[in-house]
Amino acid sequence: MSAVNTSHSSADAHAHDEHDHHDLPWIRQYVFSEDHKYIAKQYLVSGIIWAIIGGLLSVLFRIQLGFPDADLTWLKPLLGEWIQNGKLDPEFYLALVTMHGTIMVFFVLTAGLSGTFSNFLIPLQIGARDMASGFLNMISYWLFFLSSVVMMISLFIKTGPASGGWVIYPPLSALPQAVNGSGLGMTLWLVAMVFFVASTLMGGLNYVTTVINLRTKGMTFTRLPLTIWAFFITAIIGILSFPVLVSAVLLLIFDRGFGTSFFLSEIYIGGEALHHEGGSPVLFQHLFWFLGHPEVYIVVIPALGITSEIVATNSRKPIFGYKAMIFSIVAIAFLSFIVWAHHMFVTGMNPFLGSIFMFLTLIIAVPSAVKGFNYIATLWKGNIIFTPAMLFSIGLVSFFLSGGLTGIVLGNSAADIQLHDTYFVVAHFHIVMGSASFFGMLAGVYHWFPKMFGRMMDEKLGYIHFWLTFIGVYLIFFPMHYIGIAGFPRRYYSWTGFDAFNTFTDLNEFISIAAIIVFAAQFIFIFNFFYSMFRGRVSTLNPWKSNTLEWTTPINPGHGNWPGAIPHVYRWPYDYSKPGAADDFIPQTVPFSATPESNFPHEKDEH
Amino acid sequence: MTSVIIIVAIALILSILYLIFRIGVLSNVMKGRYQKIVGTSNTVNSFLFIVVFVTGILAFYLSFMSAREHFLPEAASAHGVRTDLLFWVIMAVLTLAFLITHAVLYFFPFMYRFKEGNKAYFYPDNHTIERIWTIVPAIIMAGFVVYGYKEWSAITSPAPQGSEVIEVMGKQFAWQVRYPGADGKLGKYHYRKIDAINEFGIDFNDSASFDDFVPMELHLPKGKNVHLQIRSRDVIHSVFLPHFRVKMDAVPGMPTTFWFTPTISTAEMREITKNPEFNYELACTEVCGRGHYAMRFLVIVDEPADYEKWKASQKTWASLNAEYVATKAPKALQDLYLKEFLPSAGVVDTTIAAPIADTAKVAAVSTHDAHR
Ligand code: HEM
Ligand SMILES: [Cu+2]
Ligand SMILES: [Cu+2]
Repeated sequence: MSAVNTSHSSADAHAHDEHDHHDLPWIRQYVFSEDHKYIAKQYLVSGIIWAIIGGLLSVLFRIQLGFPDADLTWLKPLLGEWIQNGKLDPEFYLALVTMHGTIMVFFVLTAGLSGTFSNFLIPLQIGARDMASGFLNMISYWLFFLSSVVMMISLFIKTGPASGGWVIYPPLSALPQAVNGSGLGMTLWLVAMVFFVASTLMGGLNYVTTVINLRTKGMTFTRLPLTIWAFFITAIIGILSFPVLVSAVLLLIFDRGFGTSFFLSEIYIGGEALHHEGGSPVLFQHLFWFLGHPEVYIVVIPALGITSEIVATNSRKPIFGYKAMIFSIVAIAFLSFIVWAHHMFVTGMNPFLGSIFMFLTLIIAVPSAVKGFNYIATLWKGNIIFTPAMLFSIGLVSFFLSGGLTGIVLGNSAADIQLHDTYFVVAHFHIVMGSASFFGMLAGVYHWFPKMFGRMMDEKLGYIHFWLTFIGVYLIFFPMHYIGIAGFPRRYYSWTGFDAFNTFTDLNEFISIAAIIVFAAQFIFIFNFFYSMFRGRVSTLNPWKSNTLEWTTPINPGHGNWPGAIPHVYRWPYDYSKPGAADDFIPQTVPFSATPESNFPHEKDEH
Repeated sequence: MTSVIIIVAIALILSILYLIFRIGVLSNVMKGRYQKIVGTSNTVNSFLFIVVFVTGILAFYLSFMSAREHFLPEAASAHGVRTDLLFWVIMAVLTLAFLITHAVLYFFPFMYRFKEGNKAYFYPDNHTIERIWTIVPAIIMAGFVVYGYKEWSAITSPAPQGSEVIEVMGKQFAWQVRYPGADGKLGKYHYRKIDAINEFGIDFNDSASFDDFVPMELHLPKGKNVHLQIRSRDVIHSVFLPHFRVKMDAVPGMPTTFWFTPTISTAEMREITKNPEFNYELACTEVCGRGHYAMRFLVIVDEPADYEKWKASQKTWASLNAEYVATKAPKALQDLYLKEFLPSAGVVDTTIAAPIADTAKVAAVSTHDAHR
């Protein structure tokens, strides 16, 4: 691939890498770029835009939940007919929740997270000039873009976007008679997801091939940074599980449009009995969750990889239990495929199957706990530097632990009878999947911003952003556990119709206020991001004194990443504070022969 | 509640103010090349972890104590008491784990914050420790699995003989219930038989259908096993009886069941909660469209004797809709079950009774019959 610039020496690389692009037409440089770094930035900016939209939707429905009596006429310019007599339309409430979930899970935390960091870091950290196929990589982004456009359009159509929840269970999602959003809105949702999965698959195949084939000399699998391990495993999970979603989506399209009965049976709706017989709505749930559960790990594993790297770097210590960390990721990935039915304990499935899934689910807690402990052990006796990235990483560990813990009670089928589809679940997955991955993503942006844009983000703004968001997330989602224990069901437009759920009005108001503050606080980040991109302090070559390969490239790496030959790798990436060494870090490119003072007996260069 | 909010808000605002105070935010953003200095912010940040931990735990405690009054009152079913215990036992263990891990997680950043001249301790692994913290969670999980399995298999075991069978059907957007009547057997149904009157699609070729009745509330006998037959006729709904810790999806084309034993009557629960207005409720917990949040159905737990009395006082659905049923049932069954409710032959009443016909009319019909 792209053997660009191999003759330049690194000293004049900075001056020259501007020239790299000159042989490409403008459109191939800035729109249909095949450079993994540029594609990563495209994903990142798209992800940020989607995150703002997804967050805005959650603020809208939080206003409804926190202030059910408020007059919302002032939202009419934005929402038009969805506001009737100063009230949010109940169907539009469901549409908001559905689109919020879809956007956050798929467009922000799958595409925005994996798309950005797998693309950006894989070639840079394994020592490759680009992805295995830059062309596929470009197609992958533009399919995602197409998918985004389709999903975006669905927000503006008259019958509204999909509104059956992000899990789109049929028959609700199959029958326009059942809810308006199941008309054109659902069609667009399904089409968008097919493009989305195609995009994810191309991306994933690229990540896997690149990691397997394009590692630089000396970069064995046991010398890969944990980021790469995480992206690698994530891509494999995606490749294995997303196609199942497509199959479910296709069958649903058949049921909707061509009169088949895969998921529909014995339905009387809108004054008529439908012809469908013999299908099973529960079958759809099995197919959906066969992707859906691995999906939550697709979302969280990259965040774990990113933060492992950041925690080690900023504790100035090797990550504790490198091999155990890898093993945990692999174990979690494997188990993630055989626990899906814990989302379905009360669908009437065979009780014995329920116990099997409870057993398998609780096993996952073990490798997850190991990861948590390893993070903490890495902090122990460190010399910790609190960059914003480090703060967000510690935040992630906190969320991963506290959200993971509540998963243990939800995984217990007997306890889940009461908790299923209540706010306890909402609290659980927002902390462990939503907030943890979000923090991983933010940590990654703060940490690799200098590599992306050659400038630094402002630290102080980063600190404010962190503390507001960190405390705010707990203020939003911790009280939701209480609401869930009190039995409040999720996807409810209002609870006041029930005596049992007529309480907690002040707590719901509190949550909504916290949510608005947290949402507002994200603009500190967005300002910092775009401002620093152009006006931030110019970065140094290795601002965090990190060991990994990306910091051996020029400050603004050109196409092909290294102006000269690709560096070789001689050691693992975690030689921080090694006894005997003068500095507290030894980059992967330093041979053992150059560090006799700090080598352990077994550490010799292979020839 | 409000006091908790105020405490938390104050803690939040203080920490923010403190940070802002120490920041000359954007003034030096553009100056020169970036140089890493580990300055006072490092200490501030590390200290904030302690502040957040301490206020956080305090807020946790206070908010929990004040939220508790709004939790559902004690479980009103036999298995509910046990799953509540299961829940709280697990939660206690989890809370302990939460406190320990977080104490360490928030304390280490403070203890091991950067200090000039310090060097971190190179400590890549320790197999003994790793083995311990793999095995200990594994043992705890095994305990949870065994405990959970025991409860789960008891709850999901086949319903005991002689349980009260009651059908619950979800539709957009209401629940309907059907009792089997004197024969203890629910009549057959088919979704193609559903229409504006016969909402259940009851099949009147089945003789068991004629004594079924369809009340406006779900009555349950205290202390007896209740076996719910759950179905839906349009989209997926989910039966949720919060006070009984019962939840089961209602799926079109795939009937489900749940059995349980109510243990506290409505009257007793009114005393327990000191709320004379208290009522049990049935809600929907699977999103089903526009009216998902409004599928409320009233549930009443009677003493067994009252329950029997109530049952005996219910009119069968067939009797209340006799003219409709006459158009569906075969002649033999009509003669057997409907005669007394139908106007004499020749008199054709074109107005079809509403699902729950008013008693006056039914009474009129029966007197008419008696005159013959
Ligand atoms: C400002 C931050 C956020 C707030 C205040 C928020 C709030 C909420 C609430 C209250 C619900 C439940 C609504 C209902 O059931 O009626 C919900 C649903 C959901 N949220 Fe969030 N959320 C936030 C961020 C996120 C993030 C980062 C994710 C990423 C995983 C996420 C994923 C979801 C999903 C998957 C659902 C379920 C949607 C459904 O029921 O179909 N949210 N959110
Ligand atoms: Cu899952
Ligand atoms: Cu419903």
